[in-house]
Amino acid sequence: MPLIERVLTIVIVVFGTMFTRFISFMIFPEGKRVPVYIIRLGRVLPYSMMGLLVVYSMKNVLIKENLLAGNHGIAELISVIFIILLQKWKKNMLLSILLGTVFYMFLVQKIFVHIYM
Amino acid sequence: MKLKTFKLALTYTMPICAGFLFLGISYGFLMQSKGFSFVYPMLTSFFVFAGSMEFVTADLLLEPFNPLHAFILTLIVNARHIFYGISMLKKYANTGKIKPYLIFGMCDESFSINCTTRLPDDVDKTLFMFFVTFLNHIWWVLGSTIGGLLGYVIHFNTKGIDFVLTALFVTLFVNQWNESKNHNPALAGLFSALICLLIFGPEGFVIPSMFLILLYFLTDKKQLARRVECR
Repeated sequence: MPLIERVLTIVIVVFGTMFTRFISFMIFPEGKRVPVYIIRLGRVLPYSMMGLLVVYSMKNVLIKENLLAGNHGIAELISVIFIILLQKWKKNMLLSILLGTVFYMFLVQKIFVHIYM
Repeated sequence: MKLKTFKLALTYTMPICAGFLFLGISYGFLMQSKGFSFVYPMLTSFFVFAGSMEFVTADLLLEPFNPLHAFILTLIVNARHIFYGISMLKKYANTGKIKPYLIFGMCDESFSINCTTRLPDDVDKTLFMFFVTFLNHIWWVLGSTIGGLLGYVIHFNTKGIDFVLTALFVTLFVNQWNESKNHNPALAGLFSALICLLIFGPEGFVIPSMFLILLYFLTDKKQLARRVECR
């Protein structure tokens, strides 16, 4: 991709991102009454969004073909359990993220080498 | 007064500073491994400031130029920000001149701190939210620039490093799980996404998932009436 197309692609990504961040504030500007159900949605959605994000970040692993075939996904499963336990235990975000990632890299590079070619 | 608010914001962003430096460095490394100079991670981090989308952009830049695809993909990946906006309508109201910047910098982490932190009365809330957003912005740009630069001199097997994103989200998920009594919204998000991923596959499941989540809340009005606090 030539430089100009790369720059354009990034500009489009910036524009798209800003659209998703500003749109709610443009639909409901200050002074305009926000419907009660929108306020209530605003309270519960953050929790649902994080669940969605967890799945999103593993979207290429958690697919039918992989789950039916077994094996593939095993490093993810073990690592996620590892991170959950570590975070429950130590409650230290950095530690969980750092050790979780290193642990996963160790698994795919050294243990499950043939599954994760 | 200003200094006190700054210090408070600094304390709150410390874990994110560490996470962002690590995540940013990984991103810089990733871009370097795909053949991009450090200027790319530096500038995209400054202007896009949306971690997951930047990882996706790395692949976009290697595919044939397709502006419409890039735009739609951005909307899909960042669609959750629309919901963040809904959550922050009240908090970001009356913040004056810096409001546009607060919205511009509403990444997952700035959102989660600004949304959940309860401040003492003598702290300027607007200033605090500005510092949180600003500091996070700095950590992120700094991290990805360092990563992009280190990529020139350090070489190691980076296979699996993109798992850092999953680690981040799982950790935040556990945090939210611990701080809330009602787990249904979290489970609704998790299972809607899983079901839609199995049905629609990895390329087109985010939007259906969001509809399914909305549908769940609309059919089960009790969930909306229950108080899940976002202070």
